[in-house]
Amino acid sequence: MSSLTKPPVSASPASLSPSRRAWLRFKRNRLGYWSLLIFCALVLVSLCAELVSNDRPLIVRYEGQTYFPMLKDYPEKTFGGDFETPADYLDPFIRERITGGGNWALYTLNPYGPNTLNYFAKAPNPSAPTRDNWLGTDDRGRDLLAQLIYGFRVSVLFALALTVTGVLLGVITGAIQGFFGGKTDLAFQRFIEIWGSMPELYLLIIFSAVFAPSISLLLILLSLFGWMGLSDYVRAEFLRNRQLDYVKAARALGVGNAQIIWRHILPNSLTPVVTFLPFRMSAAILALTSLDFLGLGVPPGTPSLGELLSQGKNSIDAWWISLSTFGVLVVTLLLLTFMGDALRDALDPRKADK
Amino acid sequence: MTGDAMNPLLEVRDLYVRFGAKEVVRSVTFSIAAGEKLALVGESGSGKTITALSLLRLAGEAKISGQAMLRGRDLLSLSEREMRGIRGGEIAMVFQEPMTALNPLMTIGQQIAEILELKKALTPAQSAQAAIELLAKTGIPEPERRANSFPHQLSGGQRQRAMIAMALASEPALLLADEPTTALDVTLRGQILDLLSELQRKGNAGEGMAVLLITHDLNLVRRFADRVAVMEQGELVEQGSVAEVFRAPQHAYTQRLIASQPRRDVLEADPPAGADPVVQAKDLRVVYPTPLPGIRGWFKKGEFVAVQGATLQLLPGRTLGVVGESGSGKSTLAQAILGLLPYGGELAVAGQGWQQPATRNTPANQRLRRQVQVVFQDPFSSLSPRLTVEEIVGEGLKVHEPALDMAARRVRVEAALAEVGLSEAQFPGLLARYPHEFSGGQRQRLAVARALIVQPRVLVLDEPTSALDVTIQQQVLGLLQRLQRDKGLSYLLITHDVDVIRAMAHEVLVMKDGALLESGPVHQVLDAPQHPYTQRLVAAASVPELTGAD
Repeated sequence: MSSLTKPPVSASPASLSPSRRAWLRFKRNRLGYWSLLIFCALVLVSLCAELVSNDRPLIVRYEGQTYFPMLKDYPEKTFGGDFETPADYLDPFIRERITGGGNWALYTLNPYGPNTLNYFAKAPNPSAPTRDNWLGTDDRGRDLLAQLIYGFRVSVLFALALTVTGVLLGVITGAIQGFFGGKTDLAFQRFIEIWGSMPELYLLIIFSAVFAPSISLLLILLSLFGWMGLSDYVRAEFLRNRQLDYVKAARALGVGNAQIIWRHILPNSLTPVVTFLPFRMSAAILALTSLDFLGLGVPPGTPSLGELLSQGKNSIDAWWISLSTFGVLVVTLLLLTFMGDALRDALDPRKADK
Repeated sequence: MTGDAMNPLLEVRDLYVRFGAKEVVRSVTFSIAAGEKLALVGESGSGKTITALSLLRLAGEAKISGQAMLRGRDLLSLSEREMRGIRGGEIAMVFQEPMTALNPLMTIGQQIAEILELKKALTPAQSAQAAIELLAKTGIPEPERRANSFPHQLSGGQRQRAMIAMALASEPALLLADEPTTALDVTLRGQILDLLSELQRKGNAGEGMAVLLITHDLNLVRRFADRVAVMEQGELVEQGSVAEVFRAPQHAYTQRLIASQPRRDVLEADPPAGADPVVQAKDLRVVYPTPLPGIRGWFKKGEFVAVQGATLQLLPGRTLGVVGESGSGKSTLAQAILGLLPYGGELAVAGQGWQQPATRNTPANQRLRRQVQVVFQDPFSSLSPRLTVEEIVGEGLKVHEPALDMAARRVRVEAALAEVGLSEAQFPGLLARYPHEFSGGQRQRLAVARALIVQPRVLVLDEPTSALDVTIQQQVLGLLQRLQRDKGLSYLLITHDVDVIRAMAHEVLVMKDGALLESGPVHQVLDAPQHPYTQRLVAAASVPELTGAD
């Protein structure tokens, strides 16, 4: 009987899981794969922003002793100054002291922090790109490159957090609606309709008037409204998958509801979630940027791309502000979009792997 | 029979079809005479449908080479514009699934009239009238009313008739029928086939219409075709008159195909008297809630009775076949017995009823679940694509024998797989593989292994072979028969296929519209059916005597 079933010759003895195959397909898309690599590199660099762009040197070797200004405040007197106040390493006098003679100091690549005001700048604020400030300064004299690096970090971390909370909420609510169906589904759908018709922007304005603005408040408010779109997709996937035969077979085996959701339906319902991830990221970055632009976003003093854009709008002659901020936004969003496209193709069931 | 001698209508020479680097059709050569009925037979993946589609150059991105001469013109070298004239003109096509082949937003009449206006330049009024006539010709009752119906308002058989009416609108010289009856119920299949035969004989303008029937069903070939061409893996391995090929098949594959009718190989001896039935039901009733229209639906639900008054008994080591058309309630009956649906009436599995609600996994219900397991029809949706073989087959053990550790569970999983004929020797790394690497028959074996690992006494087989090719079907039925003999399993076999019932069952139940029409020992019910519906069912499945000539 089994003499007719010829064993199929498979290329590799180890079998690839569906997600592994999707990853291989993703990798074959050069544009998406390189976008992912570049994006990850950018995020990594911005995560170590303190080592890249800082107004304090990494290491100072002064008169036979080693100092780590990043970890500890040293008074100016340490380096031969007159005051007890913390040293300003951009001060030409201090600079000369710690780099002259047998002393040396290792500055970061861009010697400014996000809020560093250079009191010794040679040009008036805002200054166009110079040798000292590669991308120029903003209207308060802060270095633009430093602001962009730190602003990018805030944007990406915020977007990641918003995506994670949105996905968690969306998947959980979608799963509950889709799996239990019936009255649960009906009630939840009505709730979503009501919740979704709340004027989100007005709520943000009201809340930013009542509470002190902070990133976490913003995160909570945006998360409260960000899960609904995804929950619909997950619900539809659950409705479809819960009546497939493998779920019925698991029921007949006596597998409990939680296990059926977790092991059987959820892994097979995540395709839209994963496909939307990069697009949700870029939407979150845009949301934060536009709220900052309107002045409803992060508290003042936090480096932010939206705040820079609004500065660019206010001082339209300072082209370097708007142009470089715009550039960072375009590159970030493009990378995310390329990744999203590649991911969508990789998860498309109609595309066979060759 | 004289097809080759006459001037052929369509002559296909050395047809090759490639998708990328993959050759799906290799060097296919055949011809059809005017008014001839040729059947192209093969299993899924044999390239029979793609052969037909490439004749119309509808095969998507395939690269086609060779020759297909239709009345002296090579279809494969015509311009796209000329091709459009041929499609739906001299060559028309009927598809397998009329529900997806008809436009859901246009009435049947409009869809037929559209072709008439395009191909015969009739005025809208004339074409509307002609559409009604065509529908009448295909035997649809009340053609005037039906012409104004949308596809979803028609029954499956009527939809297929409407498809045929559409194909006939342009009076084609050649009709390509791609599995025209596969999506239909058994009793309708014969009717559609008779209709095709009749239309083919009448043909148009005195000359019979040629039909190329694409099918995997050998019974259809015998009933319908003059000549048959057998395809295997993209190659045409044998062709000849139906009588000759069926009497003396030359090619090994044809022989295997013809010999693949389900064979009966079960223990016939009566079970010991007084054996307790493993499944017993009395007046079983299953209803589904349906929404009521209007404001009433806010407060109340209507009910749809899916199974009514089902009384049955399944003895140990025996097979109870439940036969009926789609919508007859046979799958619902199975789910009630599996404890997946709430039910009314009496039901006992291994002497015990399900604790209501049956869908809850109470300890008592969990014990019952071990006793009765299930194998579903579609091998592609019955295995979760993201779990490995070990996880799929071992799942039952995790639930029912949680004390087993990984190693012990793996031993049991391997034993269960060996029982269904899957081994590490055949598939290196079998346990870590994912379902997509297995063929339909192998997936069905996995499903059987998943059910058997908890050592049930009853296996519910819900159309276990109807999604499989005939040669694979025979293997899977053989496996099930062996398991029954070895383990004394009882089967509740649900199918629409009378041949499968004949091969497997000891007792038979005939269901229609949720009610039990007839029951009894298999020979009695199938050889001397009492109810008119059963008689129709059996007649539709019977193979006509080969007469040699048409």
